[in-house]
Amino acid sequence: MAKTLFEKIWDAHVVRQEPEQPALLYIDCHLVHEVTSPQAFEGLRLASRRVRRPDLTYATMDHNVPTWSRKLPIIDEIAKTQIDTLENNCREFGIPLYGLDSPNQGIVHVIGPELGITRPGMTIVCGDSHTSTHGAFGALAFGIGTSEVEHVLATQCLLQSRPSTFRITVGGRLPRGVTAKDVVLYIIRTIGTAGATGHVVEYAGEAIRGLTMEERMTVCNMSIEAGARAGMIAPDEVTYAYLEGREFAPKGEAFDEAVAYWKTLPTDEGATFDRELELEVSNLAPQVSWGTSPGMVISATEAIPDPDSWADENVRKAARRALEYMGLEPGMPIQDVDIDRVFIGSCTNSRIEDLRAAARIARGRKVNPHVNAMVVPGSQAIKRQAEAEGLDEIFKAAGFDWRESGCSMCLGMNPDILQPGERCASTSNRNFEGRQGRGGRTHLVSPEMAAAAAIAGHFVDVRGWEAAE
Amino acid sequence: MEPFKRHTGLVAALDRVNVDTDQIIPKQFLKRIERSGFGQFLFYDWRFNLDGSINTEFELNAPRFAGASILLAGANFGCGSSREHAPWALADYGFRAIIAPSYADIFYNNCFKNGLLPVQLGDAEVARLFEAASAIPGYELTVDLERQWVVDDWGNKFGFAVDPFRRECLLKGLDDIGLTLQHEAAIAEYEAQRIAIN
Repeated sequence: MAKTLFEKIWDAHVVRQEPEQPALLYIDCHLVHEVTSPQAFEGLRLASRRVRRPDLTYATMDHNVPTWSRKLPIIDEIAKTQIDTLENNCREFGIPLYGLDSPNQGIVHVIGPELGITRPGMTIVCGDSHTSTHGAFGALAFGIGTSEVEHVLATQCLLQSRPSTFRITVGGRLPRGVTAKDVVLYIIRTIGTAGATGHVVEYAGEAIRGLTMEERMTVCNMSIEAGARAGMIAPDEVTYAYLEGREFAPKGEAFDEAVAYWKTLPTDEGATFDRELELEVSNLAPQVSWGTSPGMVISATEAIPDPDSWADENVRKAARRALEYMGLEPGMPIQDVDIDRVFIGSCTNSRIEDLRAAARIARGRKVNPHVNAMVVPGSQAIKRQAEAEGLDEIFKAAGFDWRESGCSMCLGMNPDILQPGERCASTSNRNFEGRQGRGGRTHLVSPEMAAAAAIAGHFVDVRGWEAAE
Repeated sequence: MEPFKRHTGLVAALDRVNVDTDQIIPKQFLKRIERSGFGQFLFYDWRFNLDGSINTEFELNAPRFAGASILLAGANFGCGSSREHAPWALADYGFRAIIAPSYADIFYNNCFKNGLLPVQLGDAEVARLFEAASAIPGYELTVDLERQWVVDDWGNKFGFAVDPFRRECLLKGLDDIGLTLQHEAAIAEYEAQRIAIN
């Protein structure tokens, strides 16, 4: 029987299925961070339960960590408590922790793939909605709440109702200056923030096949912003090449056996999906979000939309409110919008290729005097690699702040936050009201677009801008 | 977990779509290590002005909604981050049920783990309830999980669908982990069979 990638992985992980009940799914890998785990460990303690599989559990600290300097003590008492709590919990329950003094610390969805923990065919969960990132490897990876974190710690299983399936086939070849980030913003713009609710999305097509692993991670990362349960891309030679030699990847003969198994995973010819959508990106322009939801997106060549251009009154109301919050007027070309801050980082775009792309734009240029710009590598390993390639020198010479790894300004739980009214070009994944700081105004863009905006002081169309510069 | 069978209470109306979990519980409040005490931070950036004073423009601050235990909301409620702190804040604030045309998946799931019932009704039905909440001072609804309907004293009665397993667990206040551990043998069997190809 022809099966999709999702069906193959789901069916292989069902421990128990009663009629009329959610399936009990086995979890191959549980990733843990400091914000959504304290109450889960406390629950285990209260019920006198142990972690069933500490060998399948990996922890890191990312949301709360300061990126300014690791040598200074953490000023925020409550953040320090959470970090100390995770350290204590990992010690008590025997879970490996990539903590602040670990050379492999970083954003949880960056270090999993980096270390070869994330692999095709696995079920992977974490108390964080961007767990969808790992789907780039052909894994079934999704975010869970703290109660479910406790459930997985105690049983290594998860109760899940079987989702529907949705294939998004992206055809064409990406033009120069247009990135994976633009593709996923375009997808969310097209289907809306509830467009994939209840579905696991599989991304397919020529444009997806042509992406590197890091680019695939960017696309899968933002699946949650379209409401998807998970986002997946079938593994292929690009995937195997990325994984070979990584710390937790199988070695030698075991690696060959793993590859043979991974090759059985891609969707079979003739398998059907509950929904299908085809998109074309050969003429896609760089995208910029204008509003307070990841679906409120326009091209770099467009102007801020008029709320009355939508038929639905709820959508109009939301658009009006967004424009007021963002301090924007309909009809204003996005390239006329000045910015105050630039944030290059987050689990969406903080990997070495993202930093190289931004550095290419920044090289030999200067950050606009009115702009405060920073680059936050996704992990300590990426930071070291970037420094070995001299990218940090390029950024610093241009006037960017070069930081330690962490979630940083994506969500402002650490000292990196926007002040009310500050406008930021950000390579992160959410532009909700107050996301980066109360009253902060977030515009989601690619690393190239963020770097160019830092230099210009306003949004530009990076495609023609470099030549004109 | 406190069981939910039937609840009658004052309705508070929040007529907005795509209310995300960053609004329900902003990130600066995720630093607590307990499950309790989040109610005071519910919708914090909307409830309070920058100087800490009450924002009288915010719908839920209207005096007539004080003490409400049923939240009436718009489509795609709870989108965005998976933070379970969102249902914790709603429940701690005093809400026992939410009524909306649609929810984001992770938030919907998280509600059931916390004795908070998310009811899904049709667009037209929710619109009628918004009208009623607006027109009738002290508007109350009864949410009945056993009979799977929502009913008021003004002739509105709407049935709702809910997953049978989740309904059962919520009616009885059952703990997921205890239930799963009843099948420990099946888990051990799966682990033994699992080929460590990965």
